[in-house]
Amino acid sequence: MSEVLVVVEATREFGVKKVTLEMLTLARELGTPSAVVLGGAGAADALAGKLGEYGAEKIYAAEGAEIDGYLVAPKATVVAELVQRVQPAAVLLASSQEGKEIAARLAVKLDNGILTDVVGLAADGTATQVVFAGSAIVKSKVTRGLPLVTVRPNSVNPTPAAASPAVEQLTVTTTDADKLAKVVERVAEQKGSRPELTEAGVVVSGGRGVGNADNFKLVEELADLLGGAVGASRAAVDSGFYPHQFQVGQTGKTVSPQLYVALGISGAIQHRAGMQTSKTIVAVNKDGEAPIFELADFGVVGDLFKIVPQAAEEIRKRK
Amino acid sequence: MNIVVLVKQVPDSGADRNLRSDDNTVDRGSASNVINEMDEYAIEEALKIKEAHGGEVTILTMGPDRATESIRKALSMGPDKAVHVVDDALHGSCAVATSKVLAAALSQLGADLVLCGSESTDGRVQVMPHMLAERLGIAALTGARKLTVDGTTLTVERQTEEGYEVVTASTPAIVSVWDTINEPRYPSFKGIMAAKKKPVQTLALSDLGVAAGEVGFDGATSVVVEHSKRPPRSAGVKVTDEGSGGVQLVEFLATEKFV
Repeated sequence: MSEVLVVVEATREFGVKKVTLEMLTLARELGTPSAVVLGGAGAADALAGKLGEYGAEKIYAAEGAEIDGYLVAPKATVVAELVQRVQPAAVLLASSQEGKEIAARLAVKLDNGILTDVVGLAADGTATQVVFAGSAIVKSKVTRGLPLVTVRPNSVNPTPAAASPAVEQLTVTTTDADKLAKVVERVAEQKGSRPELTEAGVVVSGGRGVGNADNFKLVEELADLLGGAVGASRAAVDSGFYPHQFQVGQTGKTVSPQLYVALGISGAIQHRAGMQTSKTIVAVNKDGEAPIFELADFGVVGDLFKIVPQAAEEIRKRK
Repeated sequence: MNIVVLVKQVPDSGADRNLRSDDNTVDRGSASNVINEMDEYAIEEALKIKEAHGGEVTILTMGPDRATESIRKALSMGPDKAVHVVDDALHGSCAVATSKVLAAALSQLGADLVLCGSESTDGRVQVMPHMLAERLGIAALTGARKLTVDGTTLTVERQTEEGYEVVTASTPAIVSVWDTINEPRYPSFKGIMAAKKKPVQTLALSDLGVAAGEVGFDGATSVVVEHSKRPPRSAGVKVTDEGSGGVQLVEFLATEKFV
């Protein structure tokens, strides 16, 4: 079976991201998964164990400052060379900003079609995409070149399949054109041990109804009790209640968790665009007519400052 | 500084949006069309840079005839002129082909700085800045929440999942912006009147040296095979809190095995 390249997404703090395990799971349906690690020195060795657990038969690594000292261009050059050498059956990347950007450059370099935000991939390369704020489902195919797709987190259930991959170090030969956008500083802001928003199984979000930044502690408390991530509506972010990187909606992150809890969020289309493919939706809002209740599996009309603390207390009791 | 801002006309994301049943493309005919919201932030940033450093701001749009409405709207915010790439052969173009056309237009315009929104609200594909940078051999600084211009040096602060990065490049470059970067101005009455007289140059594929077969359905690198409406979610149980709302909520979560 031909190789399927999976471009690994990982963080320094948490290692291999869940979406990478989802991609390895998908790749096994299409061929033999090979993981491609692009990062700082030693990145591949640190991730090899986990990648092997989920079926990576081989690991290609391109590491060092030549790779991670610049925005995505050097990474795309390395992957393009690898694609030309091994002629894979498909290339899978995460549907994150970086994954999409590497894919964008690959598409131009290889004159190859590209499909983004894919939530399912059949053996014949037909991809499923959810578009227009989750209101339509599209089936599409790359018609020139190989299937080059970016996979949206929480699309498939990652299943382990043990393999013991060897690491092959790739020679990095980048050009001056790859080094035009230089990263001069990286500042970590992520606080605590909450799961990453787009990958979390549970997301608890707050909206304008939360009232102020301090009150977001309530949202955080419920999120922590449920082992979830914290999100915020655009109204809450624009009002300065919570940082922008946690914004869920049309102009923010798209999430698709098992459980989405909306607190003090009216459910404007802007917000629904980012969360309405969640499996179960729960809402608390003082306005019984709020559109969020049209999609909620369970809704409580009332004062979130009474309901949420009571819910938190009840969860603690049951633990 | 010569700045070009990429502006896309999209179906209003606040209205019902559809794909056409005949050719699976975005239905731009029946929807109410607006400037892609994120592009307004790119226009604002361009105007601020022009105000501080001088130069000229040009709007570049690829789209059907009716995209003219959005071009005039963009001009009413203050840019100097616009270029509209319009050609029947473009209908059905994929992202790869679109980048070929826009790159050809940008080469003719010779911009120092290209600004655009981080994504469009219709496709949300986010690939255009890097596709254009790859074709033009210029830097792409994407997802800016802050942009500083110092002579020919650009410095961008960009949000990442772990925090933020500071990235630099020299002009010429393309920078995409998020809605955290500024607050777009509203067009003034004077601006709206002035926009009617601002030059809008139209370019066809032949003006750009791109063959019709390289774009549209013939040149597409991917195809939508079929599409369907996702069944709308139906409302479930709604209770009014009468003192035990929090407990009821947790009881529901328990039946769904979340607690």
